[in-house]
Amino acid sequence: MNMGMVFAILGAALAAGLAGIGSAWGVGVAGQAAAGVVSEDPDQFAKVLLLQLLPGTQGIYGLLVTFITLSRIGILGGTPVDSVAKGLAYFCACLPIAIVGLISAFHQGKTSVASIGLVAKKPDQFGKAMLFPAMVETYAILALLVSILAVTNIH
Amino acid sequence: MAIVSMQKLSVCANKKHRKAILEALQAMGAMEVFTDQIDEEGLLKMDTASRRAQFERTADAFDQALKKLKEYAPENKKGIAALTGKDVIDQKTFRQVVSEKRDYKRWAREINQAEKEISECKGTILKDENQIVSLTPWLSLDVPMSESGTKMTAVLIGTLPGVVTEEELFSYAAKDLDDPAVTVKVLSSSSEQTCVAAVCLKRDSGKVEENLRSKGFARPAQMVKRLPREVVEDLKKDIEVQNGEIERLKQMIASYADKREGFRISADYYRTREEKYKLLGTIPQSENVFFLEGWVTADSADQIIRLLTDRFGAYVEKEETREDDEEPTVLRNNRFSRSVEGVLESYGLPTKGHVDPTFIMSFFYVFFFGMMLSDGGYGLIMAIACGIILLKYKRIEEGLKKMLTLFFWCGVSTAFWGFMYGGFFGDLIDTVAKTFFGYTGEATLLPPLWFAPLTDPMKLLVWCMLFGMIHLFTGLGIKGYELLKRGDIVGFISDILAWYLFVLGLILLLLPSSLFESISGMQFNFPEWLATAAKAMTIIGALIILVMSGRSQKNPAIRIALGAYDLYGITSWLSDALSYSRLLALGLATGVIASVINLMAGMVAKGNGFIGVIIFILIELLGHTLNIGINALGAYVHTNRLQYVEFFGKFYDAGGRAFKPFKTANQYIEVKEEK
Repeated sequence: MNMGMVFAILGAALAAGLAGIGSAWGVGVAGQAAAGVVSEDPDQFAKVLLLQLLPGTQGIYGLLVTFITLSRIGILGGTPVDSVAKGLAYFCACLPIAIVGLISAFHQGKTSVASIGLVAKKPDQFGKAMLFPAMVETYAILALLVSILAVTNIH
Repeated sequence: MAIVSMQKLSVCANKKHRKAILEALQAMGAMEVFTDQIDEEGLLKMDTASRRAQFERTADAFDQALKKLKEYAPENKKGIAALTGKDVIDQKTFRQVVSEKRDYKRWAREINQAEKEISECKGTILKDENQIVSLTPWLSLDVPMSESGTKMTAVLIGTLPGVVTEEELFSYAAKDLDDPAVTVKVLSSSSEQTCVAAVCLKRDSGKVEENLRSKGFARPAQMVKRLPREVVEDLKKDIEVQNGEIERLKQMIASYADKREGFRISADYYRTREEKYKLLGTIPQSENVFFLEGWVTADSADQIIRLLTDRFGAYVEKEETREDDEEPTVLRNNRFSRSVEGVLESYGLPTKGHVDPTFIMSFFYVFFFGMMLSDGGYGLIMAIACGIILLKYKRIEEGLKKMLTLFFWCGVSTAFWGFMYGGFFGDLIDTVAKTFFGYTGEATLLPPLWFAPLTDPMKLLVWCMLFGMIHLFTGLGIKGYELLKRGDIVGFISDILAWYLFVLGLILLLLPSSLFESISGMQFNFPEWLATAAKAMTIIGALIILVMSGRSQKNPAIRIALGAYDLYGITSWLSDALSYSRLLALGLATGVIASVINLMAGMVAKGNGFIGVIIFILIELLGHTLNIGINALGAYVHTNRLQYVEFFGKFYDAGGRAFKPFKTANQYIEVKEEK
């Protein structure tokens, strides 16, 4: 196994790892807020659960990129990486979702906490409350897109 | 497809029909009554506060009784309450219960009284138990705790802190005594306290007590005049008695189980009356007549007027809508589009004179949702599950029914896109074929009808943008339609048409460029005239925006500056269009995660024979359940976002007020219409 392969796998690991850390953090803080709301008003369970799950998607996006990468570099399919340059290329392609996933999930978690507070006070405003965390997610989606396009176009 | 037009009515009727009219209106539930616009000079209002409070208390008492019945005599009702809907009661039963309302009130009172007694019994038990705990250390004492001694001897009973042995105790007690005639006994001992009894001659008692007190001796807090053992036995008996009493009361409450329906009817009856009295309290009335106003839908207006005039001899007038009237909004859509009304409501209802976007939105909503979830298997599961619930439960609560209908259609669309992309639980068919049937071919067994997104994500991205532009242009078109309807031709040309020209022109300029070709790998060769037309469109559009956007300003410099600023708004079009890339990203996410699940299941199962199959099925069930959940959530959230932010951003002003008709306040029952 050459250094190229190491870089490619490092990139894939970072994509799932960092984005997953971000999501774990985001879902964690949102879950604490959600539990607080449910302790006062159990009827809001379904709504706050949805809001809690919103920052969880970054981890999935990271996993997605990891899987696509692994299935192209000879781990789960595809051809092994034969040069350091190509390995670094995979590494760099994984970075957007790794970094943006980490930070956006962090902030989306905070926004979810605020939205959960909103739902606690005004349950009928759920539609709007859902929108605020979804706005943050846009940037994770854009990063995911860049990562996917880059990984799938390395030849 | 539209906002229903409303009619304002004003009613004036004889006071003696007051309650009957309100009841009729309440039963119909078709009129939003308001009284705050009536000129009240010389008119009086009835004070209904005390009656209302009384009704509310009665309804609460029934609720309370029902709650207790549910606790002590659970119903074996099938299904979830939200799905089965309210109990349908026929008129006869309803009238029967109402005529016996005094009895029901009494029964409810009895239940609540019994519940009060139950909690009293529980309180007594708690007290008894506490006393038993405090007496337990004294159990081995065979004289009453209040025993003071015989003629010659004195008894000292009490506690010392910490653990004390009998020897230590004796040495404490007999200290400085010449003739230590003292007997001591340790009754019980724990790390906190030691319970002791000491017997001594009466003459020594002062000295002994002083000795012990210097070591922390204290008389017990509660003096029982009898043997502790006996007292504890009595307390235990009492607990049994109380428990028996609780059981009896519970049985008593449970014996009312057959009155449950009557309680439900009564609770709703009083709640509805409370609602009626609430309105009654706001109605202005003179000596003989009363007045009220209300909104009804225009098509039901005549029917209501006829009812009020024929049956009650009321005078009803159709009123012109005034400028400052806040007309409530009622939406009316076909059966398919109705299902997204909930989505619209949670953003905000439209106001009168604007377009109800539900109809147009419903198609985009279902289309985009399907693209994001995009899996044949998941879509079928969603559609079948929602379909079965909708078929099985006919009387689902309205909001939930809309939601389920929406997800049924979203499921259908998801299945459609799944087969377009070639996804059926990810690549389940291929995985099963390869793992268990030794299929080794390269080609997939379920070829996509269109193409697999992962093979050419760029192509799909371009399509997503295209769908997005159609969505955005439709939104802009709705705004243009509203402007035209208002006769604002200048506004239409400068705010709508100009943008169409400008954005379309730019797209047409971009498509044949080498930049676009290198990004997407698609090549467009436009004829000469189209290229020229594109340039012309862009320039004309930009010029109109530049000159006309700031037309409300008199100062030409500011006007042009505003126009230039608006021209910069093209960046928002770019970001809006890019936003539709989520259609691709979320679509890929479902498929790829599903494939990961299949891959894991396949790896474990391969070559493990029968056990392998079982593990395979377990992993598949768990994995796909998780995936469908998280991705359906993502698709729901982001479809909403595309509608709320991108689509509504182009034209929609919420701010409508929901129609709140004066109606019955039923929580449990629904009274069947008389035929």
